[in-house]
Amino acid sequence: MSDNEVAPLETAYGVDHHVTRADAPDRPAQEGGPDMVQLLSPEGERVPHPELDGIVDALSDEALRGLYRDLALVRRFDAEATALQRQGELGLWASLLGQEAAQVGSGRALRRQDYAFPTYREHGVAWCRGVDPVNLLGMFRGVNHGGWDPNEKNFHLYTIIIGAQTLHATGYAMGVQRDGDVGTGDEGRDTAVIAYFGDGATSQGDVSEALVFAGVNNSPVVFFCQNNQWAISEPNEKQTRAPLWHRARGFGFPGIRVDGNDVLAVYAVTKQALDAARTGQGPTFVEAFTYRMGAHTTSDDPTKYRVSAEVEVWKHRDPIERYKRWLTTTGKADADFFDAVDAEADELGGSVRERCLAMPDPEGPEMFRHVYAEEHPVTAREREWFEGYHASFEEEVAR
Amino acid sequence: MAVRTFKLPDPGEGLTEAEIVTWHVAPGDTVKVNDVVVEIETAKSLVELPVPFSGTVGELLVAEGDTVEVGTPIVTVDDGTDAGPPAAPAERASTSGEAAGASGSGGSAAPATPATPERTAVLVGYGVKQTEAKRRARKAPAEARSVETSLASPAAGDGPAVRRPEPHHEPPEQPPAGLPYGPASTARSDATPGERVRALAKPPVRKLAKDLGVDLLAVTPSGDGGVVTRADVEAAAASDRAGAESVPATAAGSSSAESPGETRVPVKGVRKMTAQAMVASAFTAPHVTEWLTVDVTATMELVDRLRADREFRDVRVTPLLVVAKAMCLAARRHPEVNASWDEDAQEIVLKHGVNLGIAAATPRGLVVPNVKGADRMTMRELAEAIGDLTATAREGRTPPADMAGGTMTVTNVGVFGIDAGTPILNPGEAAILAFGSVTRRPWVVGGGAEERIEPRWVTTLALSFDHRLVDGELGSRFLADVAAVLADPARGLVWG
Repeated sequence: MSDNEVAPLETAYGVDHHVTRADAPDRPAQEGGPDMVQLLSPEGERVPHPELDGIVDALSDEALRGLYRDLALVRRFDAEATALQRQGELGLWASLLGQEAAQVGSGRALRRQDYAFPTYREHGVAWCRGVDPVNLLGMFRGVNHGGWDPNEKNFHLYTIIIGAQTLHATGYAMGVQRDGDVGTGDEGRDTAVIAYFGDGATSQGDVSEALVFAGVNNSPVVFFCQNNQWAISEPNEKQTRAPLWHRARGFGFPGIRVDGNDVLAVYAVTKQALDAARTGQGPTFVEAFTYRMGAHTTSDDPTKYRVSAEVEVWKHRDPIERYKRWLTTTGKADADFFDAVDAEADELGGSVRERCLAMPDPEGPEMFRHVYAEEHPVTAREREWFEGYHASFEEEVAR
Repeated sequence: MAVRTFKLPDPGEGLTEAEIVTWHVAPGDTVKVNDVVVEIETAKSLVELPVPFSGTVGELLVAEGDTVEVGTPIVTVDDGTDAGPPAAPAERASTSGEAAGASGSGGSAAPATPATPERTAVLVGYGVKQTEAKRRARKAPAEARSVETSLASPAAGDGPAVRRPEPHHEPPEQPPAGLPYGPASTARSDATPGERVRALAKPPVRKLAKDLGVDLLAVTPSGDGGVVTRADVEAAAASDRAGAESVPATAAGSSSAESPGETRVPVKGVRKMTAQAMVASAFTAPHVTEWLTVDVTATMELVDRLRADREFRDVRVTPLLVVAKAMCLAARRHPEVNASWDEDAQEIVLKHGVNLGIAAATPRGLVVPNVKGADRMTMRELAEAIGDLTATAREGRTPPADMAGGTMTVTNVGVFGIDAGTPILNPGEAAILAFGSVTRRPWVVGGGAEERIEPRWVTTLALSFDHRLVDGELGSRFLADVAAVLADPARGLVWG
């Protein structure tokens, strides 16, 4: 099948998820509905799933413990960043609390050559891509516009514009097709792209455009929507009449909803979707059903727009607690392991704090450096004016 | 010992000040990095602030109730290390977050600089550091001044928050006479007591004066340098009382003098009104309270649906709204509950409309404004009215007319996570409903073979009524009807 040929829905993905499985659980809509893929219940019990069990079973105990370590360290980093904001060291912070499993599960399903396009909340994905967490703080501290080389980690810079990155991801995926890096059968070459966005972004025109282009081009891109139920203060039901994953069908590719607080299910579903993309079966829309436990950012107060009872309910679905319970009951990890992770997490918190405070202020002309890849006459003129302006001050009097 | 100072950060993009709500620590307490030490309230929200240092709390520099500007030092922490010379530059740089600035160009000149705020309030972020742009004068002075003044405004307080040591620095202008609070610099300096525009007093004394209703400017200071002391404020408060009550000053002074270990807060305003009303009600109307626990899952679903409803998009839909509606419906079926007892005339007064009181906790205390003609309102009108009423109450602007003429009341104690309680009647009313918290509880549903336990949204209602005019049967029926609507809002169609 050529890249541009769109396969019928049923064969593109094996299963049409719009048909509720006969053995689907009787789960109410506000808990994700019967079609939501869940491999670990909130109580930490493994839920069998004939199609996906194989993917999870293939993970070694060490890899499974690694997922826990990721979840715990990412949460600890996020807590430290939130505290730094409250201490005036960051201008703003977008906490991922509650969404760790959605990010770690999907981030760990990526291969080295895959490329991720994040929003500004994908701290967990950044972690999985090997971005030093302290680099994520630069933009929020106001000392840079993103402190990593996107092409080194195949992790794009944080995108503040809501939904814009879905277009970048689709464009990149179309480029991958033109490079011929899809469906070659070479595991080290076939490339998938993943676009992260939230439920709020689905109301943006950009996202629909990205879905159109990805669909008609059958591009190797996974649209990973973390539905955390709230677009700042707008609840889901003010954004959509139908479940978000249903949208994919209108664009001609499969959609699937996964329990975003279940790291195993997120990993398995994302891996399946990425594999489909790499092998030339086109895009998938993954809706990770999760919850933002904190504020949208440190600048808003969620208690003003949502009821605490809702937050209480989601506390019982905590992604880390359920996974820890499962690791414990299955004997895959013991108390020593958890203690060691806790200690490592605190160490990470301290190190992030220390290195955040030590981040150097940028030199003034630095802001002109990355506007164009090469020297540009207009930027050069602006830089010269700027340097001249600063040179017009008298010498510093006292310090 | 190295004493570190935690300055009030901007916790929410563009805030310039915050009120200190609650201190969670006291001097001498041991704290670790990120321990929550204080709760503050900004224009946006209540925020808990974690402390950025480990050590022993030295001094709380601002009192609860004070509103302070971003950048103001609020607490000191002794980190237990030996700092050598006070505020050595390297030490401050490594811990106070100014590492970048201090270790950059000119750290070596710092010993002459006292530990002072190095950031000042701005509209975005966490306060700018003093960078060259503000420290250095432009070579063209006239232009420079206009740039600088627009960029930086001095923070209040006695710290030289923004020091611009340009040689041609001009003294700030004196504020116009009669301005109560001028720029800090003028208030601080050499004004004599008679001309003071801002009284000098330590934060706890300011708090005391605020609590006692004493105008600090009217107090004759006895402390060094014209500082108003605690004793001055207490003396002023005592003489105020003496004057107001026309009793000998000595008697007033001694009778309510504060003993060590207690604080005396004068009863006034809303507190005084509440006390009088509650005593009058509790000891004239014989109260009976009945309880009912009810499955309100259907109500919660209704609330969810209404929130998604276009017609309700601008109003706040809460379970309380449904309770309010349910009370109106129940009052229609039992109009005798919507009544009051006229002791003088020895008559029962049946009210023709429901003016539904909503008990609201406000910064000034409890107020109970009521929705006039609540029984004639549509759900949407009721939501709007409740929203307006509570918003006005929270801002402390409830006009007396809104509080008069109530016929029955609902008090939403559930918002505090409380199951229910025994509410005391609003004077002149015959019924008050306490609405407890709505929580997930195990509930038996179905019957026979289908009987099972399910998690459901459950709440407890407590109705107090005046037994002079409402008998147990009537009160019970009224409460049961309210509960019936909450359990099955479709009842509202039948009774509405």
